[in-house]
Amino acid sequence: MYQRDLGATEKGSPGIREMVLNMGPQHPATHGVLRIILKLDGETVVDLDCDIGYLHRGVEKICENRPYTHIEPYFDRLDYVAGVSNNLAYIEAVEKLAGIEVPPRAQYIRVILTELQRIASHLLWLGTHAMDIGAVTIFLYAFREREEVLNIFENYFGARLTTNALRIGGLFYDTYPGFEEQVRAFCRIFPERLNEYETILNENRIWLGRTVGVGVLTAEEAKDLSVTGPVLRGSGVKWDIRKAFPYEVYDELDWEVPVGENGDTYDRYLVRMEEMRQSRHIILQALDRLPQGPILGKVPKMIRPPAGEVYHSIESPKGELGVYLVSNGTSFPERLRIRPPSQINLQALRKMAIGHMVADVIALIGSIDIVLGEVDR
Amino acid sequence: MELVERIISNPVMMEYVWKPLVVILILLFIVLTLVAYLVYAERKVSAFIQARLGPMRVGPYGLLQPLADLIKLLLKEDLIPAEGDRAIFKFAPIMSVVCALVVLAVIPFGWGVATITDINIGLLFILSVSSVGILGIILGGWASNSKYPLLGALRSSAQMVSYEVAMALALVGPLMFAKSLSMTAIVEAQRADHIWYLLYQPVAFLIFLVAGVAETNRTPFDLPEAEAELVAGFHTEYSGFRWSLYFLAEYTNMLISSAIAVTVFLGGWSFPLLDRLRPEHPGLFTLLSILVFAVKVFVLIYIFMWFRWTFPRYRYDQLMDLGWKWMIPATLANILITGAIIMIGQETLGLTKVTGGEYGERLVVPGLAGKAYFIGMAWLVLVPLTWIILAIINRRSYDFNLRAQRQIRLPERPATDDVFGKV
Repeated sequence: MYQRDLGATEKGSPGIREMVLNMGPQHPATHGVLRIILKLDGETVVDLDCDIGYLHRGVEKICENRPYTHIEPYFDRLDYVAGVSNNLAYIEAVEKLAGIEVPPRAQYIRVILTELQRIASHLLWLGTHAMDIGAVTIFLYAFREREEVLNIFENYFGARLTTNALRIGGLFYDTYPGFEEQVRAFCRIFPERLNEYETILNENRIWLGRTVGVGVLTAEEAKDLSVTGPVLRGSGVKWDIRKAFPYEVYDELDWEVPVGENGDTYDRYLVRMEEMRQSRHIILQALDRLPQGPILGKVPKMIRPPAGEVYHSIESPKGELGVYLVSNGTSFPERLRIRPPSQINLQALRKMAIGHMVADVIALIGSIDIVLGEVDR
Repeated sequence: MELVERIISNPVMMEYVWKPLVVILILLFIVLTLVAYLVYAERKVSAFIQARLGPMRVGPYGLLQPLADLIKLLLKEDLIPAEGDRAIFKFAPIMSVVCALVVLAVIPFGWGVATITDINIGLLFILSVSSVGILGIILGGWASNSKYPLLGALRSSAQMVSYEVAMALALVGPLMFAKSLSMTAIVEAQRADHIWYLLYQPVAFLIFLVAGVAETNRTPFDLPEAEAELVAGFHTEYSGFRWSLYFLAEYTNMLISSAIAVTVFLGGWSFPLLDRLRPEHPGLFTLLSILVFAVKVFVLIYIFMWFRWTFPRYRYDQLMDLGWKWMIPATLANILITGAIIMIGQETLGLTKVTGGEYGERLVVPGLAGKAYFIGMAWLVLVPLTWIILAIINRRSYDFNLRAQRQIRLPERPATDDVFGKV
């Protein structure tokens, strides 16, 4: 494995000629408007610094000036490739704060939708990650399947990306006729398609060369950097909010948390591939158990949670998405703070990338799976 | 007036200026159109591989797409970076494309008139001219006065050095059988012998193919223009027509690499049983020989495209590893073993007979037993022996067997399952 030991050649010592390369904010592989300032010695990364904030919209401040129900769409636009999951984090936080009960049918449908969203988000990750490493064809294969998920969303909500799917206390709509069949049809073809991707990548010598041993994050380092989600699980830590603090009906379903061993890019890839399989498993179980009944609990017209604070987190496709909500008893939140998994995972980039090459930085950005809408908020 | 007429009608001028000029013009026209349609083919092949349609809008099945692209490229603004070296910036793409086109001169596209010229150092000429062509990439990257093109140019110079060597050495094997550097003579030797050198030289063919992909900067070796890493690599700052010159050079190079591979390893324009047509229908034979050559070349080009849309990209250091630790030792081993096989077959066993070729050169033609010996030795001795040598050289390198190595390196699983108490 090529990883230069930089201890021998201290920064600024004679003989090193460093070049500062400004990667982004407009760059095809930074997944948005991330700017990375790289300090290079030849092609080896000596140091790097992420400059974020190009997509800052001040969502948290905006939310302080909106009624609780008006905040929902802002969350779709954080991690815009996983709108349903983001929506869920906020809505559950409000429900927790206001003590609203959600009927079981709504809970099951929420689980189905978030798991479908996880698959869609991971497929987008797979496509862009593989394309960054040069395997262009995977990108279109992954989009083909993602399209099926988005079609389900479109039939359900009338929107594909920023769905604003859920509602405080339940759901806006009940399932459309044929929803179950469409989801099952997707679940039927999906494993076969996943095997197809793995045929191209898993044993590919070049893919192995580009991912094995690249950006190793040990379990200790991962916990020190407080990374979550597949990045943490790739390092061998079995930590999933869905298991640790089960929300909705995850504790009633039977599924596994896949973990890696080596904490390198290849393990993170394997973890995410396995997560897609587990998500499919969850969806099928939820469909089998889907009860009849109302989809909306008792929700007051104007939501005024009692004064107090709540922190609620869910396992979004990127990691732990937390919402800290402070209420002062009015219909506007006093303070809303988002814990974005992408931003916190992005901190691990420097640790992973130093000593590797420029091409590995690209692979690592893909491996962390960031969405700038969420990083910058 | 009379002097001009004499110059024009001079048989020497006729032979060495006017006739080649006409052939060159025809060839340029054909090749440039072909390159435009290679881009179209690439898009269609990629679409075919990626479960989509590709260009469909311009003309039936998008057949006029290359024309539309050409018009678009010509109408685009020609940008030159403010602090760039203007002269070199303008000159570099021309250099790339000229070097690519000049090589076409010595390639035998078919029997007889379909070859512009036949020089007795044909292969050396091709190798040297195509080395100069990569200088165009380096200069273009350097003159752009921008960091991404500079990195692209640096990568390409490293790549050029490693893969030119492997490419040239891979050609030595078949040359030992053909005993000539002239492209025409190489084809002739295979035709007279009724054999393709692919059968004698499988290792060399494989290495030449891989080096050919690397020489044309295509995936998995497209580091100089790695889109995800270096934006567009050496031609980041190029636009419009200058950019299209680089594009043209790339596709012409792909064409040339395939043409050389076909000439040296796949019998060029010759095809079994086709020779019987030659005495009675020379015109038809010429036409068919060109067709055979074209089909062979397109099969190889399809393989190149297939590579591009299936493989991920190598990293810079892995590219160097592959070049220096795998390909060059393999070619050297190939030369050594092939030499030994020929010596034993020719001197000890006496399996070959010497005849005069069509061009007056001395051809060493093995008989049926000789052919069986050479083919058998190539596949049963040459291939395993080369592999063993490579395995010995690389057994300690990290990329020898990544999967096995990975399992050895980190055997124990960190006991972190109960760190957070729960789960």
